[in-house]
Amino acid sequence: MSQVRVLVGTRKGAFTLTADGKRDKWEVSGPHFAGWEIYHVKGSPADPNRLYASQSSSWFGQLIQRSDDGGKTWEPVDNKFVYDGVPGTHQWYDGTPHPWEFKRVWHLEPSLTDPDTVYAGVEDAAIFRTGDGGKSWEELSGLRRHGSGPHWQPGAGGMCLHTIILDPSDPQRIFIAISAAGAFRTDDGGATWRPINQGLRSGSIPDPAAEVGHCVHHIAMHPSRPGVLFMQKHWDVMRSDNAGDLWREVSGNLPTDFGFAIDIHAHEPETIYVVPIKSDSEHFPPEGKLRVYRSRTGGEEWEPLGNGLPQKDCYVNVLRDAMAVDSMDSCGVYFGTSGGQVYASPDGGDNWAPIVRDLPAVLSVEVQTLA
Amino acid sequence: MIRVVLPAHLRSLAKVNGEVEVAVEGQATIASVLDAMEARYPMLRGTIRDHVTRQRRPFVRFFCCEQDWSHEATDTPLPEVVASGAEPLLLVGAIAGG
Repeated sequence: MSQVRVLVGTRKGAFTLTADGKRDKWEVSGPHFAGWEIYHVKGSPADPNRLYASQSSSWFGQLIQRSDDGGKTWEPVDNKFVYDGVPGTHQWYDGTPHPWEFKRVWHLEPSLTDPDTVYAGVEDAAIFRTGDGGKSWEELSGLRRHGSGPHWQPGAGGMCLHTIILDPSDPQRIFIAISAAGAFRTDDGGATWRPINQGLRSGSIPDPAAEVGHCVHHIAMHPSRPGVLFMQKHWDVMRSDNAGDLWREVSGNLPTDFGFAIDIHAHEPETIYVVPIKSDSEHFPPEGKLRVYRSRTGGEEWEPLGNGLPQKDCYVNVLRDAMAVDSMDSCGVYFGTSGGQVYASPDGGDNWAPIVRDLPAVLSVEVQTLA
Repeated sequence: MIRVVLPAHLRSLAKVNGEVEVAVEGQATIASVLDAMEARYPMLRGTIRDHVTRQRRPFVRFFCCEQDWSHEATDTPLPEVVASGAEPLLLVGAIAGG
């Protein structure tokens, strides 16, 4: 019988949550790496027993952990993330030049076909790659060396490369997003990159057609339609039908123009999920009601989903990497909150229940559907 | 052998309990002890000092003989009681954060 494994990164460790295909009884394992910040844990699509975790702390810096047995045991691999050549400068919050400084790994994206190949999105923004299972990391410096690099500026959470999407139809094509530079695409395996931010509108930047400077929060792609992208931005939910060349707003009737997480139903490429959050300084759900919003029309028309979620006095946040879907016949949707809850819906969002309620603040949620 | 006390998180990372002991070739200094530590426990590389600059991470400090050695030059010879193993070198994580 199929099994689902949810990989949860939190402020104080990693947890794995497992259930059979019914997804009603869960086993909780962890904390792994207790006391450390785990920004992201993700499994290899080519070998589900191969997991990678980004482990960091303000005291002891960055580590990368690897598991070859589905998270039962872990071994640290190389943690040397060194920018290629002289790093140069980007803009600081006040607009002055600031040297590129490595801080942490936000996101790990294993290759779709090779368990030993993984991409890492880091702060200050850059993308690294390992081809040997994490024994060594090399920067794909064409991104950071893009001509716009000196003009990139950090968002409130730092200048992080937080989203990496690999195109299943074209191994040379990768999408990434940086707060608050915007989205970029490579069509040559990472050698060269181009900004893909046309159509984005960001209220506080002087030039609405600026090549960079957009606070992209997250991007989602359905593997069956790699040219169609959905984006949750600091302002608005956006859609592109041409691999990011042009975006249009699909926020429609959403109750806020802000949020972090966005994902797509495993079997319905036009069914999109977001969690609207109040912008700009409050960062909790409107009206104290935790609601996922679902569009079955690829945007514009959204319906609130709150059955089983707290509908009063709820003031948690859901971060950009903290939502995921499984690929069971009845698609499961999962998200984690800053309050330590991980919620699951085994029926595409109609009904929700907490898997756990009292973890440390959740930074990331990924799901593996196991045979 | 030089005795080193690691912070709890680094003991877990290195899979050791209590003190660790390392042999140092030549003079015992902070730098030579860290070199020996990182050779024996490669997973500690980058956690005590930066990979590139070799600078101590800001929230890690070095103590021995009840003295703070964090700001000493890393090639300063350690006290004889540390070099001889009579006293340990302490690597301490700052008491800070939430």
